[in-house]
Amino acid sequence: MTSGLWETVLRGVWVTVQLLVFSALLGGVVAFVVGIARIHRRRSVRFLAGCYTEVFRGTSALVMIFWVYFVLPPAFGWQLVPMWAGTLALGLTYGAYGTEIVRGALNAVEPAQGEGGIALGFTPWQRMRLILLPQAVPEMIPSFGNLLIELLKGTALVSVMGMGDLAFSGNLVRLALQESAEIYSYILVIYFVIAFLLTRLMRGLEKRLKAGVA
Amino acid sequence: MTWDWDAVRDFLPHLWDGLLVTLQVLVLGSLISFTLGLVWALLMRTPTRWVRWPVEAVTEFVRDTPLLVQLFFLFYVLPEWGIAASALTTGVVAIGLHYSTYTMQVYRAGIEAVPPGQWEAATALSLPVRRTWTAVILPQAVRRVVPALGNYVIAMLKDTPLLMTITVLEMLGEARLFSQEHFQFTEPLTVIGVAFVLISFPASLLVRALERRLAS
Repeated sequence: MTSGLWETVLRGVWVTVQLLVFSALLGGVVAFVVGIARIHRRRSVRFLAGCYTEVFRGTSALVMIFWVYFVLPPAFGWQLVPMWAGTLALGLTYGAYGTEIVRGALNAVEPAQGEGGIALGFTPWQRMRLILLPQAVPEMIPSFGNLLIELLKGTALVSVMGMGDLAFSGNLVRLALQESAEIYSYILVIYFVIAFLLTRLMRGLEKRLKAGVA
Repeated sequence: MTWDWDAVRDFLPHLWDGLLVTLQVLVLGSLISFTLGLVWALLMRTPTRWVRWPVEAVTEFVRDTPLLVQLFFLFYVLPEWGIAASALTTGVVAIGLHYSTYTMQVYRAGIEAVPPGQWEAATALSLPVRRTWTAVILPQAVRRVVPALGNYVIAMLKDTPLLMTITVLEMLGEARLFSQEHFQFTEPLTVIGVAFVLISFPASLLVRALERRLAS
């Protein structure tokens, strides 16, 4: 492989990392907002949040990406930059998986903790922010770590729409070299290294958060 | 936003064709992943680390890299190595292999959940190793993990559209073909999006019911 081709691959790595960070941020916001809504006092809020989760978990991420690229622009008259279209589709889909993690961890907090907050006259928002979340968040980290790996693998899907991520750069190099075993092996190894680094990062984060609670 | 019911009607026959291919991939992929996952899980129980380490490394690698790139790898590299397989076969093998690295963990948890007394009883009866596994451990382990395996079948369903990228005409492939021929993107893509929810939501309810039944 020539240095020019390696440059293509490196640019692909950069796009993949950007997409991963943006969609993880969007997905995280979605997971917390909808996840907290799923244990709201009002039935209607819980129902709507449940519908969101089921619809976005129910469809395939690739179908969602196609939808955002091809149906949204003519339907609403605006066109998204590929990076934002990819971020939107991935963030909304993987965020829906995250809502289950948030809901599960919040439900696992001892009920007496919330009752203690009521006894002290905390508002619901104070209870959430000061009592429930600090105890629930460290428990979410391992599951979020797994979801982050799934998201990393999901970012490869945007290459189907011609966005120049790592998987797409692999296709370009294959066309240039007329040879596939070598380049796809490299691409797989690069993905594996990124996944490995993410696992390490999440493990460190878990340690720090757990130390904060105990 | 315009919605054309005629386009939906025209697309329906293609939807059925795609659905059949999707279900075919799902059934064959599940069979491969269930069998291969059990093989990995059993290999991880062998006493020698010279078997466990390579199995662990390979499955970890497959689990942490994108299915899409694995599909490309098999689709473009196998012919270079002189192995000719249809796109559908390649796709089924790739998806089955990928998910076997997940089902392997499910089986592992199921095997570890079998109470130690069962192993001890098998030893006390001096059952041979094979009989211990086939008559005592596996029947109990597999029963426990059926709902978890069901969850992975649903996850696999949602990954079947990836096969479109290697020219398999499953639901999304049919939708894209139809869109390009008729210049109508909204209807076919929305219809298959709804179709996915209509299949996977009842399926996940079924899995949850199974879970409750096993728990009680």
